[in-house]
Amino acid sequence: MKQNYAFLDENSKKEIRRKTLKAIAIPGYQVPFASRELPIARGWGTGGLQLTLSLVGQSDTVKVIDQGSDESVNAVNIRKLIQDTTDVQDTIYTDAATLIQSRHRIPEVPLKPYQILVLQVPLPEPLRPVEPSERITKMLHADREYSGAWLRLFEQIMKYGSITDDADYPVLVNGRYVMAPSPIPRFDNPKMENNDGLILLGAGREKKIYAVPPYTKVTPLAFEDYPFEVESFDGITCRESGLTGVYMDELVNEETGETYYVTNDTSYMLEEMNKEGSVR
Amino acid sequence: MKQKENITLSVKNVSKLYGDGCAYCAETDAVLDKNVCPECRTVHACRDVSFDLHSGEILGIVGESGSGKSTLMKMLYFDQEASRGSYHISDYDTSQSNVFGLSSQAKRQIRNEILGMVYQNPVYGLEMDFSSMSNIAEKLIAAGSRNVGEMTGTGDHFLDKVNIPLNRKFDPPINFSGGMQQRVQIAKALSNYPPVLLLDEVTTGLDLSVQADVLELIKEIQREMGISMVVVSHDLAIIRMLCDRTMVMLNGEVIEAGITDQILEDPQHAYTQQLVYSIL
Amino acid sequence: MGYVAVKGGTKAIQASVDMYKNKKYIPGMEISAEHVKANMNQLINQVMSEASLYDRELASHAIKQAEGNMEEAVFLLRAHRSTLPRLYYSTVTNTREMFVERRVSASFKDIPGGQILGASPDFTHRLLDDSVTYGSEETEGDIPPDYNYELNNLPKVIDYLESEGLFTKEPEDNSTPDDITKRSIEFPSSRSERLQSLTRGQTGAVTSLGYVEIRGYGYSSHPNIGEVRVGQQPVHIDPAGDGDAYYIGDVELTEVEAFMPADEAETAGERAHEKTFKIGYGLTFGQNETKTIAMSVLDYSLSHPAEASPTADDEFVLLHIDSVESTGFISHLKLPHYVTFQSVLDRVRQTKGGRD
Repeated sequence: MKQNYAFLDENSKKEIRRKTLKAIAIPGYQVPFASRELPIARGWGTGGLQLTLSLVGQSDTVKVIDQGSDESVNAVNIRKLIQDTTDVQDTIYTDAATLIQSRHRIPEVPLKPYQILVLQVPLPEPLRPVEPSERITKMLHADREYSGAWLRLFEQIMKYGSITDDADYPVLVNGRYVMAPSPIPRFDNPKMENNDGLILLGAGREKKIYAVPPYTKVTPLAFEDYPFEVESFDGITCRESGLTGVYMDELVNEETGETYYVTNDTSYMLEEMNKEGSVR
Repeated sequence: MKQKENITLSVKNVSKLYGDGCAYCAETDAVLDKNVCPECRTVHACRDVSFDLHSGEILGIVGESGSGKSTLMKMLYFDQEASRGSYHISDYDTSQSNVFGLSSQAKRQIRNEILGMVYQNPVYGLEMDFSSMSNIAEKLIAAGSRNVGEMTGTGDHFLDKVNIPLNRKFDPPINFSGGMQQRVQIAKALSNYPPVLLLDEVTTGLDLSVQADVLELIKEIQREMGISMVVVSHDLAIIRMLCDRTMVMLNGEVIEAGITDQILEDPQHAYTQQLVYSIL
Repeated sequence: MGYVAVKGGTKAIQASVDMYKNKKYIPGMEISAEHVKANMNQLINQVMSEASLYDRELASHAIKQAEGNMEEAVFLLRAHRSTLPRLYYSTVTNTREMFVERRVSASFKDIPGGQILGASPDFTHRLLDDSVTYGSEETEGDIPPDYNYELNNLPKVIDYLESEGLFTKEPEDNSTPDDITKRSIEFPSSRSERLQSLTRGQTGAVTSLGYVEIRGYGYSSHPNIGEVRVGQQPVHIDPAGDGDAYYIGDVELTEVEAFMPADEAETAGERAHEKTFKIGYGLTFGQNETKTIAMSVLDYSLSHPAEASPTADDEFVLLHIDSVESTGFISHLKLPHYVTFQSVLDRVRQTKGGRD
């Protein structure tokens, strides 16, 4: 059957772009949108994909990653859909991309002013763990009533002696809205703060678009005496590349049973390893 | 007018209607069928209630169920919206605004920073599954505290004050007896030293000996901290123990008000007389 | 460039897709979409209703392509729907003009126009029968010679209740519905949002929640089915908006009006002393009788919310009955979550005193 450019009909794309502009104008605020069904399943990146499809033009170069890898099966599948419906250039090199769609990671290479990072979001509502009703969370955001989100972290400290929120760690955007940064590791939260590129977040099933515009203040929720902590990879070196200070995958050697670590952002690792005078 | 400067809360002509009202019941002297308009069947849950709460005093509101006393309390804490009337708070903006007309954000601020509330049913006032310490912290977090050590310090102080053994401070109230739950609620309400405390039937349903403990605690707190309080009860004996001044409500209206001792000695209204004789 | 990117994912996906496609058919046994259309009428009804796309040909293609998997077939049609421009809304459709093929009332033995059983499996014995063949000709019920009603102008059971003063019709509301495919539902929801959401709900989910409502967590009693109708409904559009509407075709619909005895509207403070009937409404594409009855129950429960009943909570019901949404989110759990799991490990180890 005949397909549209970038799959969706033009009116749908226009609506998504209008809502995206609104999201950029109100950093961290979840803008409801109609959200179309796509040929990939709800929960598999349809929010991010609708953003990408509504934005991608002939001159764009697209990079798609999942779990830090361009070759993760879901990344491959999404990239294939974008290419099949647009024929745009794709790349694995972060710097070469104008549009990066990602699930669960922000690349290790800092975003550039010409780049848009689209993050896939399963659960856009940071207050959902404390309040099931959408009607009420909307009011809480309007009133900037975030005690519930803080209290949750406080209770974790009371129970476990430390904050136990893992990925998708809540942040305060521009001093106004508490936001779910999508299930990126805490390691990536600081990359949102005052960054050069535009970050868009799309939740297809929950029908929300939100944004972190360039140079926006993004602060993880934490207490003065229990500061925000990223995942610790202290003293750990990537077995493939010798890199340190990057997010790692933990792997087990089947034969020896030994635990070892490899850089999670595969294209970054490749670029580093190919640099003159790299560790390896 | 020294007296006037000492007014903490000032409530004027507050009404709560369920229904649209009509020309007949709009008249202040219209005769109602209990609290229901015989013409339009509108319920006047509270009708033209006015009072001032002076700094450091305990004001009692006594009446049977359906008299409108709990509705009044809920309006004071913004759990319900008033249909008409004014409400001024000296600690908010030196009594400049009618706080009923403020945004919900401003009302939350008043709830969090100026008012403390103790409900008859602890379920409304507490997160029953969170630790008692977190329950106290909730009020502090809402009022802006972001230091865990300071909050647990305050929590220890108030839990101790209300006689909760500190080795149980991490237990959730769901595991506590009714009296202990009430004491946790009181500790929570007091935790950020609010100038006003609202107590709604706080001893109803407790054993007599436990009742006495809680009442003693309230008196002690008032002596030490000088907090102004509004105490709602159906039980004149409790009002007699606690309150300097008393209002008697019946069918949504204040039928008698004055110094507690005076009301007890010389009740004017037939209903008040009946109440007084019943505790003699 | 010493190191090159591994292409593992691309190859693996290609191999998986190839395997999936190749195992599909046994040579010579492949059926055509036309076969599906001719034989799987009830499946097509269900798929069209959940996809909210009325097209028997496309639904047949979807069913064939999905190997009969309901959720996949609905998903294919919904995705296809996203590619189509939305050109017109139909004019207001009056189901009194439905050409009725089947209608039963559970409330009255004798209804004006009579009970019309039509084609239904209701009174077949569910005995597996390996000799089932399909009739070669359409059998048509004989219309008795003294039948005085037109099938496209049958009176409704609610008319009788209304004439007896037992039921007050809602005032007619022909305002444009809130289109949930163009603007996401906002809560509290409007009735048009609820009805759209229910009619495209997953059949099993809608039935199941309707059952919850009447079995014990809401109304907890029988509704009375005033009327279940199945028939052909003419649809018109009015492109110029000048009242000069065009007929564009018929759609098969199932319509249910269910009555619930309820208290007369309460004026505040006064307990109702009279009972009356309130209505729950269901309407779906195709013949989907069970789902449509369940829809009418949920329309009632959401419009007359009972305290603390999950089926009276519009967010609880409407946000969880969509097939594409629920199956998508559940199935996404099998996608890789290595990065987030690493983050979980970090926190669990922290509570245990650090990495060992």
